[in-house]
Amino acid sequence: MSSSFPWLTALIVVPLLGAVALWVVPAGRARAVALGVSLLELVLGIAALTAFDVADAGAVQLLEVHGWIPAFGVSYAVGVDGVGLILVLMSVLIVPVVVLAAWREQGSLTVASDQLRRYLALVLLLEAFIVAVFAARDVFFFYVLFEAMLIPVYFMIGLFGGAQRRYAAVKFLLYSLTGGLIMLVAVIALYLQGPGGPQGFLTENLTGLTLDPTAEKLMFCAFFLAFAIKAPMFPVHTWLPDAAQQAPAGTSTLLVGVLDKVGTFGMLTLCLPLFPNASRWAAPVVIVLAVVSILYGALLAIGQKDLMRLIAYTSVSHFGFIVLGIFAFTSTSVAGSSFYMVNHGLSTAALFLIAGFLVARRGSQQIADFGGLQKIVPVLAGTFLVAGLSALSLPGLSTFISEFLVIVGTFARHPAAAVVSTLGVVLAAIYVLWTYQRMFTGPERPELAGMVDAGTRERWVVAPLLALMIVFGFVPGPALDLVRPPASVTLEQVGVQDVPANAGSEEGSDQ
Amino acid sequence: MTEFVAPTVDWAALSPVIIVLLAAVVGVLVEAFVPARPRRTVQLTLAVAALAGAIIAVAALWSGVEETGGTVVLGGSLLVDGPTLVLQATIALLALISLMIIADRTETGEDAFAPNAAAVPGSDYEELARRKGVQQTEIYPLVLFATGGMLIFPATGDLLTLFVALEVLSLPLYLLTGMARRRRLLSQEASMKYFLLGAFSSALLLFGIALVYGYSGSLRYSEISEATQIPGGLDSLLLVGSVLILSGLLFKVGAVPFHTWTPDVYQGAPTPITGFMAACTKAAAFGALLRIVYTMLPGLAWDLGVLLWTVAILTMVVGTVAALVQTDMKRVLGYSSIAHAGFILTGIIALNEAGIVAVLFYLLVYGAATVGAFGIVWLVRERAGGHDGADGTSSILGEATHLSQWAGLGRTHPLLALTFGLFLLSFAGIPLTAGFAGKFSVFSAAVEGGAWPLALIGVLASSVAVFFYVRIIVLMFFTEPAGADGEPTAAAALAPSAEGFALAGDAAVAVQARSTVTTTVIGTEGFAVVAIAACALVTVVLGVFPSPVLDLIASVATFLP
Repeated sequence: MSSSFPWLTALIVVPLLGAVALWVVPAGRARAVALGVSLLELVLGIAALTAFDVADAGAVQLLEVHGWIPAFGVSYAVGVDGVGLILVLMSVLIVPVVVLAAWREQGSLTVASDQLRRYLALVLLLEAFIVAVFAARDVFFFYVLFEAMLIPVYFMIGLFGGAQRRYAAVKFLLYSLTGGLIMLVAVIALYLQGPGGPQGFLTENLTGLTLDPTAEKLMFCAFFLAFAIKAPMFPVHTWLPDAAQQAPAGTSTLLVGVLDKVGTFGMLTLCLPLFPNASRWAAPVVIVLAVVSILYGALLAIGQKDLMRLIAYTSVSHFGFIVLGIFAFTSTSVAGSSFYMVNHGLSTAALFLIAGFLVARRGSQQIADFGGLQKIVPVLAGTFLVAGLSALSLPGLSTFISEFLVIVGTFARHPAAAVVSTLGVVLAAIYVLWTYQRMFTGPERPELAGMVDAGTRERWVVAPLLALMIVFGFVPGPALDLVRPPASVTLEQVGVQDVPANAGSEEGSDQ
Repeated sequence: MTEFVAPTVDWAALSPVIIVLLAAVVGVLVEAFVPARPRRTVQLTLAVAALAGAIIAVAALWSGVEETGGTVVLGGSLLVDGPTLVLQATIALLALISLMIIADRTETGEDAFAPNAAAVPGSDYEELARRKGVQQTEIYPLVLFATGGMLIFPATGDLLTLFVALEVLSLPLYLLTGMARRRRLLSQEASMKYFLLGAFSSALLLFGIALVYGYSGSLRYSEISEATQIPGGLDSLLLVGSVLILSGLLFKVGAVPFHTWTPDVYQGAPTPITGFMAACTKAAAFGALLRIVYTMLPGLAWDLGVLLWTVAILTMVVGTVAALVQTDMKRVLGYSSIAHAGFILTGIIALNEAGIVAVLFYLLVYGAATVGAFGIVWLVRERAGGHDGADGTSSILGEATHLSQWAGLGRTHPLLALTFGLFLLSFAGIPLTAGFAGKFSVFSAAVEGGAWPLALIGVLASSVAVFFYVRIIVLMFFTEPAGADGEPTAAAALAPSAEGFALAGDAAVAVQARSTVTTTVIGTEGFAVVAIAACALVTVVLGVFPSPVLDLIASVATFLP
């Protein structure tokens, strides 16, 4: 397998072509074509992994650089380190699952198969943008994708969502665009501080600059705001519950499970290396915000009556953990956050999709409309429980590993933050188990008696997600090999001394 | 007595202007001598050939200018340099595309202009002309005259030529504005308003010219610029004069506080003319403004900075905020054009070479999207009576410009709505559209020139502006179309959206009032489709690959002194 093959470009082009093809093929074939393209993409992703030298995961590999707009200093530059690659892999895994989940029923998708074709075309278009954004090695290219991918999501929510979909879609777009446009000013300002020239926007050319402290802080704030909105973090998270509630389950999966990772990914791979001094300067505030996100998200999740909103708020809490780990600046916590991004993607995807199956059967998203389903739909109940347990980081599931790493790593530097954040784990147990109790236990309700259990297709949707969570839960080694070296590189760029995490191991284990 | 020396004129350098103005004169003769039946064909051929010829002439001049940096023609009255050529090419191209829309008589067989502009609106005489199917073709020479003035405007090297060019481009536009076929009173009111305010701003300009002449003793930009370098006692004369000149030009670009005519004129004018005016006038006026700020007044950059900054900020903010509450499509686009004038001003204020490139590029991409957008507005019509046109009971009325009438257009006419959405996204500056490349280039020029607060305000204004562009997309794609049965379904569909958006309650009322009127998209003769497709192509291609055009502009982006 020659390393000169442009794997990443292929990963970007294939779904694009697939999206175009979906406009041409007859409506009846759309599902098969979309699934085929997304599976081909998955194969390509695995092939890219084989071309990737895991031993050197801290370095940017599979790099391709071509001039795009030399007049602006913009290049088409893609390349991945371990973190980028593992996120690309997660994305290409989740997309076929989402396509499969959208097979027949999902909110208003039942209306006509032509609708489904458009929906699937948007999913594939979004996949191309997502892969490209995780692989972008040019700040401007990253920014362009960061903004451009809003458009397919906007239409996915606005065209196919629930009753309040227009409101949710516009709120989502305005929040994201405002953050993005403020970031644009900083992107331009950063370019002018850099070497300039036709490749002036390459990330490597902008890393390690000597910046004016005030300018660096301002630029950091602009970038961070955009990523915090995207992630989303308290107090700029309010668009997410609305979007997740109104969007079809597959869209929510992509939005929360994959797309929002761009926010934390951006903090990790842009904020920290580009603005190391400002990152250290801002870290205390960010950590406080992250801890607030963890607790606030969890508390609000407990109070939700709507299933989709509940899952959205759990994500606010989990994103708090990811941000906490990133800004704790220890190799353990940063590696833990990187791994957390993958696990959260799998776990949220499973939760949203299973919830989507339940909602499609019941025709309601209200938790109160469910009850005693354990005996009626045992498979859905069981898989929902496993997905829920992964959200509360049960040992044996992959989320446990990453949450543990984050808390342990954070404890080494900020013991107080780590201790307070463990409360989030306790709250997670409440919102997951209480939800399960309300929906699946108790007396069987007569109006729910006719509900059918998960079919073969639905089992295929859930199985790969749960399987991976369990596999990574017991054998996290391969994934950690990918994320550990980049974590050390990041710390070097930020210029902080790593703190060994052995002191905290007892703290995390008695949760 | 000195002996008379015949001036040597570099006619070749003037060829783009000459071709267009000559064709305009010939067009007047055609009106007089060619019989009515073939007249339209002749006029259209002539106009298209003239504008295409102008583009070819610019291309022929290009390499020479790229080598020498440009030539001074007519003893300094006209400067044929890089920015001149870029603007002339832009204006000629946009005028050509607009002309295709202006010329298209659509499936109704009617163009956008009054059958007899002299008839009193609502009179029997007008009705007679309408029933006879009278159609006028003076619009072609008028458009050519206006275009000719626009081609001269950014090339002017002295203030008097500037004034003459301004009048040559303005007078035909005043006329064209008043010639709408439908809602003629609105059109005539717009024309009157445009004329009065335009005359007022011309007077300001002239007065400023007189003051600056009094200060410097010259009308040439280069000599005035030299005079400003020498400290003198009459600075106030120069300052007041420059401010008045700038005011005259800022009026033409529609910058706040000289913007009040824009929405009314854009709304009242025949829609194809609105597109032409919005795109081409803006290009010409910004070209002249750019040249004056960069070559005549650089010595005053510090003094005038406050003024320009204030105007730019006001323009961006007022344009954006006012557009938020509009309910008429043409007015939305009118206010959005004000906001865009503000964005372009930030590029001018940058005062560096990047600023020149950025402004020239922005004018091209904004113009293309504008012409295309107004072209589509022109095709979206009201239909009275039955839904099915084939039975003869229904008739096509004027444009359906109320926002609520656009509800569900994305479901009934997906391709058209998609194209319109593309233009809107380009206005909003979403990446991968040309509008983004344009916005990025002006803002980066501004940041480079030290005007980063302007860029920040511009960016914030853009994010607010996204709201009203997106609101239209929401209407087109996410709202149910009005039903065929005459029920006010669009109003019903709007009701839920009112929770999210500020579509005023009068939207629903308006729809109920004309509940028997439905919205439809009319077929064309083909010209308009080609024109809109060309605009969409420019918007996409320059969005994804702006590099070649940017390089081309950058290679000639220096003004002759």
